[in-house]
Amino acid sequence: MKTAMELNNRYNDDKVNDACGLFGMMDLSGRRFGAEEPVKAIANMHERSNGLGGGFAAYGIYPEFRNDYALHVMYLNQESKEKSEAIISNNFDVLRSEKIPVDYSAHVIRPPLMWRYFVHPKQNLLSTLTSDDFVVEQVMRINMETCGAYVFSSGKNMGVFKGVGFPEDIAAFFRLNDYEGYMWICHGRFPTNTPGWWGGAHPFNILDWTVVHNGELSSYGINRRYLEMFNYNCTMQTDTEVLAYTLDLLRRKQGIPLSVVTKILAPPLWEEIADMNPTQKRLYTTLRMSYGSLLMNGPFSIIAAHQGEMMGLTDRIKLRPLTAATLDNMLFLSSEESAIRLVAPVLDRVWSPLGGEPVVGRLKSDTERIEVIAH
Amino acid sequence: MTEESLSSAIRNRINMKDGIVHVDAGGLHYKDLNTILRTLGNPVPIVHIENVYGQRYIGTDLSNNMEIHICGTPGNDVAAFLDGSTIIVHGNAQDGVGNTMNRGRVIVHGRAGDIVGHSMRGGEVYIREDVGYRCGIHMKEFEGKKPLIVVGGTGQDYLGEYMAGGTLIVLGLKMGSKPIHHARFLGTGMHGGVIYLRGEAVHTSKEVQIKPLDESDYKILRRDVEAFCKEFEIQPEPIMECEFTKLIPASKRPYGNLYVY
Amino acid sequence: MKSFLESEFTVVRDEERCIRCKVCVNQCAYETHCYDAEDDRILSKDENCVNCHRCVIFCPTHAIRIEQNVTGYTQNSNWSREAIVALKKQAEYGGILITGMGCDKPNFTYWDRLLLDASQVTNPSIDPLREPMEIKTFLGSKPDRIELEEVDDDVVLQTKLSPQLVCEAPILFSALSYGAVSFNVHTALAKAATEFGTYMNTGEGGLDERLYKYGDHIIVQVASGRFGVHPGYLDVGAAVEIKIGQGAKPGIGGHLPGEKVTEDISRTRMIPVGTDALSPAPQHDIYSIEDLRQLIYALKEATDYTKPISVKIAAVHNSAAIASGMVRAGADIIAIDGVRGATGSAPKVIRDNVGIPIELALASVDQRLRDEGIRNHASVIVAGGIKSSADVIKAIALGADAVYVGTAALVAMGCTLCQKCHTGKCPWGIATSDPWLTKRLNPDIATRRLTNLLRAWSLEIKEMMGGMGINAVESLRGNRMRLRGVGLTDTELKILGVKMAGD
Repeated sequence: MKTAMELNNRYNDDKVNDACGLFGMMDLSGRRFGAEEPVKAIANMHERSNGLGGGFAAYGIYPEFRNDYALHVMYLNQESKEKSEAIISNNFDVLRSEKIPVDYSAHVIRPPLMWRYFVHPKQNLLSTLTSDDFVVEQVMRINMETCGAYVFSSGKNMGVFKGVGFPEDIAAFFRLNDYEGYMWICHGRFPTNTPGWWGGAHPFNILDWTVVHNGELSSYGINRRYLEMFNYNCTMQTDTEVLAYTLDLLRRKQGIPLSVVTKILAPPLWEEIADMNPTQKRLYTTLRMSYGSLLMNGPFSIIAAHQGEMMGLTDRIKLRPLTAATLDNMLFLSSEESAIRLVAPVLDRVWSPLGGEPVVGRLKSDTERIEVIAH
Repeated sequence: MTEESLSSAIRNRINMKDGIVHVDAGGLHYKDLNTILRTLGNPVPIVHIENVYGQRYIGTDLSNNMEIHICGTPGNDVAAFLDGSTIIVHGNAQDGVGNTMNRGRVIVHGRAGDIVGHSMRGGEVYIREDVGYRCGIHMKEFEGKKPLIVVGGTGQDYLGEYMAGGTLIVLGLKMGSKPIHHARFLGTGMHGGVIYLRGEAVHTSKEVQIKPLDESDYKILRRDVEAFCKEFEIQPEPIMECEFTKLIPASKRPYGNLYVY
Repeated sequence: MKSFLESEFTVVRDEERCIRCKVCVNQCAYETHCYDAEDDRILSKDENCVNCHRCVIFCPTHAIRIEQNVTGYTQNSNWSREAIVALKKQAEYGGILITGMGCDKPNFTYWDRLLLDASQVTNPSIDPLREPMEIKTFLGSKPDRIELEEVDDDVVLQTKLSPQLVCEAPILFSALSYGAVSFNVHTALAKAATEFGTYMNTGEGGLDERLYKYGDHIIVQVASGRFGVHPGYLDVGAAVEIKIGQGAKPGIGGHLPGEKVTEDISRTRMIPVGTDALSPAPQHDIYSIEDLRQLIYALKEATDYTKPISVKIAAVHNSAAIASGMVRAGADIIAIDGVRGATGSAPKVIRDNVGIPIELALASVDQRLRDEGIRNHASVIVAGGIKSSADVIKAIALGADAVYVGTAALVAMGCTLCQKCHTGKCPWGIATSDPWLTKRLNPDIATRRLTNLLRAWSLEIKEMMGGMGINAVESLRGNRMRLRGVGLTDTELKILGVKMAGD
């Protein structure tokens, strides 16, 4: 049986390339809504995908398990299921284990078996690790060791649903109309050098971080080598994976605020830094000097999300599209404005963020406090 | 090709009323939409396309003299390779408006995305509000052809990049009486044509020089601003009261000393 | 003893073009040409000619051509002319063969078997002439993470970075010691480094006080002989480099003969006029890695932690392990000089046979430092045979932060690689301290030649980066995916960490 890496990159190319359509929609008040509008919007950008991958991440969908890790696992064979379940039951208290409801009549290609587990790490096994680190470790283990199992979602009160097909077909397959979330991240994929397999579709997820991405990182080789120094295995060989691990390293492990993280991914030019006040100049110079290997060079637009926060960002010279819009409590991010207009013909505001300037929508706890940072 | 050659499903989208052809584009593929536009014969009609949500290439390569109204949000490359006709967008446009167009007019009652007028060689583009990155990139003029872009709002970075000819006017109408245009690398690589900014630029490239406007500039400016104002029913006089900045290339060959042989 | 050596070169003079102006006679430092007044013609002693091209370039009528002596020995693939000549010289003089510049043997260059990538379709190339292309480079230790404190809506930087060198392009001038090269050469290097925004390296012969004003762009070297090393010297530099070894002569010391130690050089090296300046083979306070740490911290203390400390080694078989030790010993910069690195004087047998190619050393050092998670803690500068901007960019992609160029800078100033630096009679006024010869190198013109070279290479680097869709050099550094190999074995590819072209 092939490993995830072999499945994902059949020709052993440097990496897997994608061009894509992105869509994100977040109700900043925390109101949950169904999949209908996000699916309609991403489907409208049909030209941006080629049927070899579609996917969604929905946040706030498992309120009854809000404190437990929801592991979504795809199994390519029975043996890997047995191996994975041994790992899961040895390391976690399993609150529920069930087949993810799917519709086999949907227009998708050879779906693997989809299963989900609501789990909690066994406290006595944590030793010095945090629960999050422990989960990451077990996820990597299942993905690397079981030859056929792939954990594609591992956050709390959120879930990723993805596979080979157009996004609307994937939505139908996973019966997304049965879920309600306050934030939906959607992706239509156009890979150029992989036949596409279910695990290789996007979003890419680690814990509750989800990334969808459009473009190709010219800097991938060094981004990856840098992350390898911090023990991240880039098994999927995609830009999206590198972006997700970068966010995990900087945001979760090093505690750097998201606003600063975006300035590491897409830093200001030296020429712009030269014009800053001394404090800013010192900050940005230090950031570029220290994290130069995490500069994401080349064209990209991304939507990255985790519990309570959604961020859109393009590369610093804006080589990929991104449109942002607001309507009441709703923040939209999309590769194309037309997809937003399709679900919200009238908007309060619509704009094209500057290259390297993030658009961040933030939900503050369960209160009605809303914050949109938009440049 | 005639209207009869269209499939009945497509034909059902077309509806003639008061001498105007109405096309319902809801869910229609761009190929079918452009087939309709090419099929509508003489006399050349006024076409209203409704329910447009992201269909690309609307009006591509049209060489007749239609007046096409797009209601909704057209997809990328609206009016690409346009060679005649007038395309009026009642809403915002995405990236690539007027890509490599040769002749004709495009009027956008809203904003437009990146690379407006990419490599256009002729024709006119009027955008009522802001434009994205690299507006007017590599627009050029040739013999009798001289392209024009007038932007009512302001532009993002690399405005007029590689510009080799034509006129790019940026008015900053919502930016007060003395607009400051924040686009960086304005006119980078510019080696032909002229950019007029109402107000001032903060970051021009080394390849451009700022010149005072003379009477002939104002003549051009008045003509083009009036044309813009006519489309959007705005008073031209207050616009012209503000000071303008004129940017022209510092050299026709900005990279002359770059190479050794 | 009758010498059995033949002249290596033949001077060919077009008598019809020659106007007997005697420029060649005056320009040759080896007394190859002489004027015969009786016959009104110029004669040449071929045996003196070193093929430096000084007379060729300065002959106003282009009457002179230098040819390799065509009288070859009987064709023999095992016993080359070079081998036979070496044997005869040693038989006649009984000594170590000395030479100048770097190893001239084929097959040690990997740059030419590495090819760069470019963007096509899936990502766009970037136009370097019209959009920003950043090659600014910082050299010094970087932290693994930075600490920030969030105060209200603002973030306040808590991390204080170690001192750094700031280069406008990832190219620095390699160590060329005063004495081995002339004052004018040092002046030109210092001025060019200052004008362009990079650094020159003093080498081990100290720094003339007249050049202290360029100190912000000078790396001062501390080598085994400690010539000219005093607090003022350490203070004036932007960084201090400990020289353990150099690529041309790993494990070997140096010897500047007394006749080169003139008044100025004596003052700078702080030794009496006319005495031999001997650089011991090892640093006699460094017999082990912990001793290196002791010297590194001695220099950090002496400079109050205000300057990065570099350590330079020759690329040898276990460079990767050595480099790891150097980083752990506290080096902010490690400089590695490959087998093709040049010298003013070295035993030929050492120059041509000791050390390893810089490409392989760099690849294994960079990978080892990454494997150990300490690559951020020091910058890596590589040296030894960087001959074009393509070599620079390939070095960066393999994992270097910057390169040192020595030979390329000398060639820019006039050197023709005749390999006779050790004679001290450089007719181009470079590798000499003879006042009659040093005057030949105008420091202002040489400065312009050097800044032109840096400008040209920078432009070419930007072109290549743009083609790869990369607009900041940090995105290329260590990005080996943008390299492919040709004509390399699997083992070579593995060490270099690059794939075969087509794969």
